[in-house]
Amino acid sequence: MPAAEVVAALAARVGAVPFTLGVDVSAPDLLVTLRALRDVHGYRYYVCASATDRSAEFELLHGVRNLDTNDDIWVRVHLPRDAPEVDSAAHTYAGAEWQEREIFDLFGLIFRAHPDPRRLMLPDQYVGHPLRKDFPIDTPWGYRPATVGAPVAEPEA
Amino acid sequence: MNDAGSMPLVGVILLSAGVLSVGMTCVAYLTWLERKVAARMQNRVGPYQVGKPHGWLQPLADIVKLLAKEDITPRAADGVLFNLGPILAVVPALLGFAFIPFLPGWAVVDHPYSVLLFSAFASLSLFGVFAAGWASNNKYALLSALRMVAMLVSYEIPLLLALLVPALLAGSFSLMGIVEAQRGLAFVFVPVIGQLAFVVFFIAMLAESNKAPFDLIEAESELIAAYNVEYSGIKFALFYAGEYAHTFALCGLAATVFFGGYLGPAFLPGPFWLLLKMVGLFSVVLWVRWSFMRLRIDQALAFNWKLLFPLSLSILVATGAWVGLAGGGR
Amino acid sequence: MTSDVEIVERDFGELALNMGPQHPSTHGVLRLVLYLRGETVLRAVPGIGYLHRGVEKLCETLAYDQLAPVFERNDYLGPTSNSLAFVLTVERHGSFHVPRRGAWLRGLVAELQRVASHLVWLGTLGLDLGGALGGGTTLYMYCFREREKILDLLEELTGTRFHTNFNLIGGARYDLTSAIGAHARGLADGFDAMLDELLSMSAKSGVFRGRTEGVGVISRDLALGAGVTGPVLRGSGVAFDIRRARPYDAYAELEFDIPVRTAGDALARFEVRMAEIGQSARLIRQIVDGLPPGPICSRKPLKNPKATKLAAGEAYAAVESPRGELGVLLVADGTSQPWRLKINAPSFANLQVVPLIAPGMLLADVIATLGSLDPVMGDVDR
Repeated sequence: MPAAEVVAALAARVGAVPFTLGVDVSAPDLLVTLRALRDVHGYRYYVCASATDRSAEFELLHGVRNLDTNDDIWVRVHLPRDAPEVDSAAHTYAGAEWQEREIFDLFGLIFRAHPDPRRLMLPDQYVGHPLRKDFPIDTPWGYRPATVGAPVAEPEA
Repeated sequence: MNDAGSMPLVGVILLSAGVLSVGMTCVAYLTWLERKVAARMQNRVGPYQVGKPHGWLQPLADIVKLLAKEDITPRAADGVLFNLGPILAVVPALLGFAFIPFLPGWAVVDHPYSVLLFSAFASLSLFGVFAAGWASNNKYALLSALRMVAMLVSYEIPLLLALLVPALLAGSFSLMGIVEAQRGLAFVFVPVIGQLAFVVFFIAMLAESNKAPFDLIEAESELIAAYNVEYSGIKFALFYAGEYAHTFALCGLAATVFFGGYLGPAFLPGPFWLLLKMVGLFSVVLWVRWSFMRLRIDQALAFNWKLLFPLSLSILVATGAWVGLAGGGR
Repeated sequence: MTSDVEIVERDFGELALNMGPQHPSTHGVLRLVLYLRGETVLRAVPGIGYLHRGVEKLCETLAYDQLAPVFERNDYLGPTSNSLAFVLTVERHGSFHVPRRGAWLRGLVAELQRVASHLVWLGTLGLDLGGALGGGTTLYMYCFREREKILDLLEELTGTRFHTNFNLIGGARYDLTSAIGAHARGLADGFDAMLDELLSMSAKSGVFRGRTEGVGVISRDLALGAGVTGPVLRGSGVAFDIRRARPYDAYAELEFDIPVRTAGDALARFEVRMAEIGQSARLIRQIVDGLPPGPICSRKPLKNPKATKLAAGEAYAAVESPRGELGVLLVADGTSQPWRLKINAPSFANLQVVPLIAPGMLLADVIATLGSLDPVMGDVDR
């Protein structure tokens, strides 16, 4: 459980709502929250980021840690499924850069002002976002060109 | 004086063929020795199956395998230089065997300036490596060729300066003369000067033959196989053999100028002593090679220019002072 | 040259060298595109994903009890830590009780595999720095000879050498007999002599120190912001170890030190890992000597793995794998399969640092830095 006074401070600053692992904030307040955590409350260590596909919306979590008080806090935002855009935390925490690239790659969330918005794990020409719940996994190879886009073309020599 | 200059053509051919075949057989079995020494240092056995129980037929198996491989030339490689590379790498090393005297008065080439000739020919192999690195049209090979040029050109200087010390002590540039001048005392036992000159020569020799800690030219973990990354089959075998021949020839030079060449107690013939000393020096090279990590290029060059070069220069000046003023040496 | 090849000469002042997925020293399939001027790196662009197997998606289709072996294949050099992270998360979320003996046994195997992983790291670091045709191979052979002893012990204990499938939700799978315990203690006692031998081949060699001192410096601020973990973090002066900060299994009751260095270079990370081997030996001795009696697992062998359901909610738990903090973020939905399982891989965070510190290094230093970060691509790509 994250420190109660930090949660209270964030609730006062941006109206954050606590949940099991941290606080829920609205998408426009994400960067304000992260910067407050980093600069005011001493959460300077970046843990990781994760996204979850709840069928009606996406959830994005950023985890940060205060090494002096040994406390983790996860900042969660909810993004609408049809327009999953949020500000990039890569300029606030250097470690968020690859985590956000991976989330873009596997979920399709768009991070505004990301320094390097390319796919990370999958080939650049890949079509589809595999970790979404509507990506089929019950085919022999898990990748059906007819439903998820054109097959990968041979790069021009 | 029995050398190519004073023999009929038949004699020249027989003598050269004899020395060359002994040299090349030694080179082939030095690969076996290296693998055995490396294995024992690493707590394993080494070649074992081919020619039980000690794998002494392994060099033969290696040669047959390499000869049987497909000879691949990359499409964009520079044809002439690509084929010239292995030849330029091997031939100068083999030429080195010609200058080393193996019996009193016997050598394939006995020239008043054979020390300088040996060094001149040995440094030609640099061109082979550079040609291979450039002509392969491969960035790894190019990087290795560039490192090679920087390193070898730098380490030639202490090598030569250390070679001049025995020449000064013997009063002659001829390898035969240097050996004869060691009849009383081998030059490595000359107090301080001899030992230091030998150490400088040994380190420069390690650098010239790309042995660890100076094997950054073919740093396998960075540049894959470096300058011979695009070579296969017989050309690769030529590079491989050329590297061993180069090292062995330099060991021969060290044995000749520092340890007295063919000199030794009379119960065994001269060539035997020469081979013993050469193989002994080669074993020390192996011992060093399989123990050390690799230096970085800037560290290797700094070591040469800041330490080895001033050291060899001062040893040479000290030797000159001793010989000229104090009448030391001969 | 044949006529169908056109050689185009362009001069951008920099050489793009592709240390491609297949390379002797990229620790797996990592593609590193280096832009060089001479020997100096101007920028480095890593490309990963060659070992991406979709593990996180796979986890959504398997039941909780089936998942521990899948996790072992992530970081294939420290497998028990992976499955331990998963098992710990499930236990915390589902409030499963772990008997003390089971917890201590899990710690024993984790520490044994930590030493085995560090031996692989040291051997491959030797190969990177010294090459396959030099002193590096000698160091590699010695490390692997020592590692074989650990793998023999694991084979005695669990039946397989490495991916032991040891951790269960609620405890451990195999028990320690007194003979195996004595064998483990003897092995741990031999680690100090082994460390001396390996140090004499590495840190006491001037060439090795010259290659690692001052190379790949990660400042403390960069280490915090980028989220590097494990020996990389502790080599940059941050004394944070999950075993001490959030103790799990037996670590709250055991005595051990956390080695920390402040230099932040490759030599500092090397020293941290070598010291960790010594601390692991201490832990193994304590575990074997003080192993509490009792059951090793609080749950009976299952007939139907799909019977275990976890309540909806989120949980995060981390363990200290040989590479750093390995965390599992679990989003459960009340069924027997996870809704989302995010693996916070230590090598992923550590590898991010490479493009940030590469500019200005020499080519040989990039190799040394990669070796000192100890990435395992199975962890990075999952």
